[in-house]
Amino acid sequence: METIILFAPLVGALIAGFGWRWIGEPAAQWTATSLLFLAAFLSWIVFLTFDGTTEQIQILTWIESGTLATDWAIRMDRLTTIMLIVITTVSALVHLYSFGYMAHDDNFREGEHYKARFFAYLSFFTFAMLMLVTADNLLQLFFGWEGVGLASYLLIGFYFRKPSANAAAIKAFVVNRVGDFGFLLGIFGIYMITDSIQFADIFAAASRIAEEPLVFLWREWNAAEVIAFLLFLGAMGKSAQLFLHTWLPDAMEGPTPVSALIHAATMVTAGVFLVCRMSPIMEYAPNATAFVTFLGATTAVFAATVGLVQNDIKRVIAYSTCSQLGYMFVAAGVGVYSVAMFHLFTHAFFKAMLFLGAGSVIHGMHHEQDMRNYGGLRHKLPYTFWAMLIGTLAITGVGIPLTYIGFAGFLSKDAVIESAYAGTAGGYAFWMLVVAALFTSFYSWRLMFLTFFGKPRGDKHTHEHAHESPMVMLIPLGVLSLGAIFSGMIWYNSFFGKTDKVAAFFSIPVAEAGEHSGAEGDHSDDGPSEGSDESHSEDGDHGDDHHVTLAGVPGEGAIYVAPENHVLDEAHYVPTWVKLSPFIAMVIGFVTAWVMYIRQPDMPRRIAETNAILYRFLLNKWYFDEIYNFIFVRPALWVGKTFWKRGDGNIIDGGINGLAMGVVPFFTRLAGRGQSGYLFHYAFAMVIGLALLLTWISVTGGAN
Amino acid sequence: MIGEDLSIVLPELLLAVFAMGALLVGVYTGKDKTAPVMLWVTVAVFAAFAFWIGATGGDAREAFSGTFVDDAFARFAKVTILLSAAAVLLMSEGYMARRDLLRFEYPVLVVLAVVGMMVMVSANDLMTLYMGLELQSLSLYVVASLRRDSVKSTEAGLKYFVLGALSSGLLLYGASLTYGFAGTTSFEGIIEAASDEPSLGLLFGLVFLITGFAFKVSAAPFHMWTPDVYEGSPTPVTAFFATAPKVAAMALFARVVHDAFGGIVGDWQQIVAFLSVVSMFLGAIAAIGQTNIKRLMAYSSIAHMGFALMGLAAGTVLGVQAMLVYMVIYVAMNIGTFAFILSMEKDGMPVTDIASLQSYSTKEPLKALAMLILMFSLAGVPPMLGFFGKLYVLRAAYDAGLGWLAVAGVIASVIGAFYYLRIVYYMYFGEERDGLDTGMSPVLWGFLVASAGAMIVGVVNLFGLEPIALAAAQTLVN
Amino acid sequence: MTVPVIAFYAFAISCIAGGLFTVLARNPVHSVLWLILAFLSAAGLFVTLGAEFVAMLLVIVYVGAVAVLFLFVVMMLDVDFAALKAEMTRYLPIGLFIGVVILMQLAIAFGAWEFSDGALERVSAPTTAGTENVAALGLILYDRYILVFQLAGLILLVAMVGAIVLTLRHREDIKRQDVLAQMYRDPKKAMELKDVKPGQGL
Repeated sequence: METIILFAPLVGALIAGFGWRWIGEPAAQWTATSLLFLAAFLSWIVFLTFDGTTEQIQILTWIESGTLATDWAIRMDRLTTIMLIVITTVSALVHLYSFGYMAHDDNFREGEHYKARFFAYLSFFTFAMLMLVTADNLLQLFFGWEGVGLASYLLIGFYFRKPSANAAAIKAFVVNRVGDFGFLLGIFGIYMITDSIQFADIFAAASRIAEEPLVFLWREWNAAEVIAFLLFLGAMGKSAQLFLHTWLPDAMEGPTPVSALIHAATMVTAGVFLVCRMSPIMEYAPNATAFVTFLGATTAVFAATVGLVQNDIKRVIAYSTCSQLGYMFVAAGVGVYSVAMFHLFTHAFFKAMLFLGAGSVIHGMHHEQDMRNYGGLRHKLPYTFWAMLIGTLAITGVGIPLTYIGFAGFLSKDAVIESAYAGTAGGYAFWMLVVAALFTSFYSWRLMFLTFFGKPRGDKHTHEHAHESPMVMLIPLGVLSLGAIFSGMIWYNSFFGKTDKVAAFFSIPVAEAGEHSGAEGDHSDDGPSEGSDESHSEDGDHGDDHHVTLAGVPGEGAIYVAPENHVLDEAHYVPTWVKLSPFIAMVIGFVTAWVMYIRQPDMPRRIAETNAILYRFLLNKWYFDEIYNFIFVRPALWVGKTFWKRGDGNIIDGGINGLAMGVVPFFTRLAGRGQSGYLFHYAFAMVIGLALLLTWISVTGGAN
Repeated sequence: MIGEDLSIVLPELLLAVFAMGALLVGVYTGKDKTAPVMLWVTVAVFAAFAFWIGATGGDAREAFSGTFVDDAFARFAKVTILLSAAAVLLMSEGYMARRDLLRFEYPVLVVLAVVGMMVMVSANDLMTLYMGLELQSLSLYVVASLRRDSVKSTEAGLKYFVLGALSSGLLLYGASLTYGFAGTTSFEGIIEAASDEPSLGLLFGLVFLITGFAFKVSAAPFHMWTPDVYEGSPTPVTAFFATAPKVAAMALFARVVHDAFGGIVGDWQQIVAFLSVVSMFLGAIAAIGQTNIKRLMAYSSIAHMGFALMGLAAGTVLGVQAMLVYMVIYVAMNIGTFAFILSMEKDGMPVTDIASLQSYSTKEPLKALAMLILMFSLAGVPPMLGFFGKLYVLRAAYDAGLGWLAVAGVIASVIGAFYYLRIVYYMYFGEERDGLDTGMSPVLWGFLVASAGAMIVGVVNLFGLEPIALAAAQTLVN
Repeated sequence: MTVPVIAFYAFAISCIAGGLFTVLARNPVHSVLWLILAFLSAAGLFVTLGAEFVAMLLVIVYVGAVAVLFLFVVMMLDVDFAALKAEMTRYLPIGLFIGVVILMQLAIAFGAWEFSDGALERVSAPTTAGTENVAALGLILYDRYILVFQLAGLILLVAMVGAIVLTLRHREDIKRQDVLAQMYRDPKKAMELKDVKPGQGL
């Protein structure tokens, strides 16, 4: 079944990509989509029937070279199953949605076939993403990692006639290379120390890694720290964290379904997935995880500030994505991987829905993306409006405080913030996240108000012809809105419940600090860890006596949490004001937005004028692009140009051509003259050759 | 005793008898009318003998008081010679018939030349060596001027003859110096006498001998006959010159330097390396100016002999193995290329001007593609077999500590790529003009396509050539 | 100096002189005559070595047949050697230089000549002692080196075939003698008597 899930998208991609000439475009689209729905259906079955046993399903022997032996295999554990449903569900819905969205496109000429290609890319992306999450070893993961990078490149640049789309595609690819370089170094480091790239071997050796020194950049470091940092570098690139985030907003040049699938729900979360997957190593690297927390928090607030002032509807959501990814990294950084996965999970639903909703608006408004030209659209696009409203409620975290009732974002985001408080003892990360929650609320409602409320602005003609999207686009919105509403409440306990619930969900053995109740003992039968249970329970003793402790060994269960890590537990016992703080932030953000965009619509302009510097700073995204352009792009261009003009043009071309055009023909003429046709010339040449050889031999060989 | 001896030389003996029988049949029956049949029979006999020799194995056996040896090395060379001679003979039928050159003596002379070559590669004595060499050379002199009404053809034959006589003289002089030093002409005796401290006289003998061989393999600066003879001879004869005799001469070269002078590798290594580097560069540079494809192929073969000599210069088992592999690949490439050249006609007349190939690909895409593959292979462009041949000799040279030679080889092959690519350029990007006649005989087409296909498919495992060549090389070098 | 030594030097000097003047003589006929002198001297050298049979062969085959053939050819072909040589003289200086270089090197080689161990013994006794000259030659030619001998025969065959291939022209427009036709000619049929009446044609 897992194999079918993995290969159905590939088959779909191949059929749609290469076979559409024979079966026709609509058939190709339907093939790809139905195969994706099949995969999604099977994924849900796998997810719901998953019994907690980590399985390895071998597909084929891949590489055997020296000590490097790598099978192509599926690693089936809780993390994988979560990712499976996220990917296949969103992807299947996006496929369906694309029928409507891509039905007509001005970027292509009349009669040009692009739809089958689009679907093939989407399916190929899904396959690569599945490869990534089902990987059994780092190389396979890297293969999927690069596969999604390729698919992302192809899809961002799908409108290949637009120079900006091409530039964005290249930017995404290049910026990701930076992260991938770190990721590769991390893989090399792991291989160097453990002599294996199989997850099972790496996790088993995690404690050993933590004790080994590793010389890197002329200094000796703790191996676990270096490796964790390098892996995170890869995650930073893929998940658009600060300093490597610049590609994500530009990636909005791609068609909107692509943004929903790749740049919101799945690919960008690969970094979070990587960190969670490598939790056994992360747990041994306190400094690296502190850095993850710090950077995640900073990204969350940075992206949120930029999102405040953007006018392109997709860019707002893009920065929102960037910001939400920061949340996930904070959760992962403080060691509550389950919460990171929780937010990833819920975020996939509501963010995909926001993007698809935005796509629906764009579609209805004839590819107008500037929110300043929207307004009052809730009557023209009622279903889209409701869907977007649900999405906004979800992302801003609306729910009933101190209960477990609320939209998906309410539960997961609060979980992150509480974990951050517990993990950093109410430090930097916590406050940043709360501020970011405020901003999130503001820009989300700003988007809603600008788009659906107020008076129609912009081109009148466009507004008159604004229309609701077809059913194929609304159905995905409906399905996703279900997820945005309920996914948090349903799985709250599994991801962020009591420690024993989480442990059961992720199949981690628990050690109880006080009495040995047999209730959770069932779960220790899935690993060879009866003995280690005992040993770890010693460590768990210093916890409060009503706590149970996660007590797996690395590699057991889907994630690993160090015995001394009680953040998950402590997060439940944070002060009430902490639990209320995100809600309050949300309310403040909502009210501010309401005041500024409904009550006094001219207020934003005034604020922008009075704080022109700040406004432009934010509007220009903290000038990251300009700084990078100055520091990296221009010197690189200069170096390239120098090598091209001076090095290649003058030295190589000049030298080689000079040699080829000058010296060689000279000898050619000489040889031609020697070949005179006269017999005695020839004989003479032979005799001269003989004399030369004789002289040579009598000089060198005659010595003895 | 004599029975055993005869059994060892049986292939040569039977071929010689076959040649004489064919001569009798030809003279006493239809004369030139029997030529096509005789040619086909000869081809069949060559193929059968190649199969027979290839199937026999076993250790080295000596015959006629050690003047003749039959070992794996000789067998390898003989099979190559027989097969290439068969292929070229087969290709030549149509061409010769159309030009009214298909005389019954032609296959007979080719058979006798092949007998000479087989004796050469099996020679274990300076006298046998010389007899084989002369038998081969004399037959070649005659076939070179087979088109006796053409000034160029007769000139080619005469030039070849006079210069060949000169080189034979040098070779004989070297042989007598060697004999004078060692007191024997047998290779076993010479290698015993030529130890670590050779006298200058012996070294001079070696130089003279090598000069003679270098002439036969057309290595610079003893190559001067090659372009003129290649150009003047009828094209099938040129194709023959470019294949079997080169293999024989190169094998003989290897045989003498290893079997007779294996004790003083360091001394001849320098000479062979010198010949190698001069040949490579001269072949590459001089070919650039050529407009006649036959002359171009002459320089091409000079350059290729330079590469083969590079393998020989290594003086190791790997070197000989590389040389053998290289020669086989070279022969295979040349058969395909000459199959194409044989088909170059305009209004029924043979054309050898390279410019006539302009825009050939538009008319004959498949043949142009095959030619492209062959040219790339000759130039040593990576995916083709020719590259692996070059790689082999380069590695052998490098492993033997001749890094400078390997570097020179790479540079020379880069220069040489120019004129191969120019042919491709003409075929694919040349101006439109009324070019060559289309159409090609099935035999030529088959050889062209098979050769080009082999250049691609052979990459997989070189058709299992390596272990055979290795075994052959090991019997020679010890 | 003993007589054999004197004879050796006399023959050797005249041999070299013969070779030299063969090349240098202006008149080609003279060249051939010098060549005959060289052959004769070589025959003399063979006699001093005790190889009378080879010496006689040389006289009979080379002097008697080959050289005379040369003489006929040279006399029949009107070759202007002087003109050819004029072209050569342009390259005389460098030719001389190269020649001198090679000569000097050969001189060094022969000056420092040394035989390998046992070379002289091997050379001096090619056959068992006591065999006659002709028998020894036969043993070598037809026994030990029979292969080489046969190969030489093949070479001669090739030479013959080559000469015929390159020169023989089968001309259709000339009358040929048909021996069989002549022999089987029937006189009765060859001649027919016709009674021709006077005043009438056939």
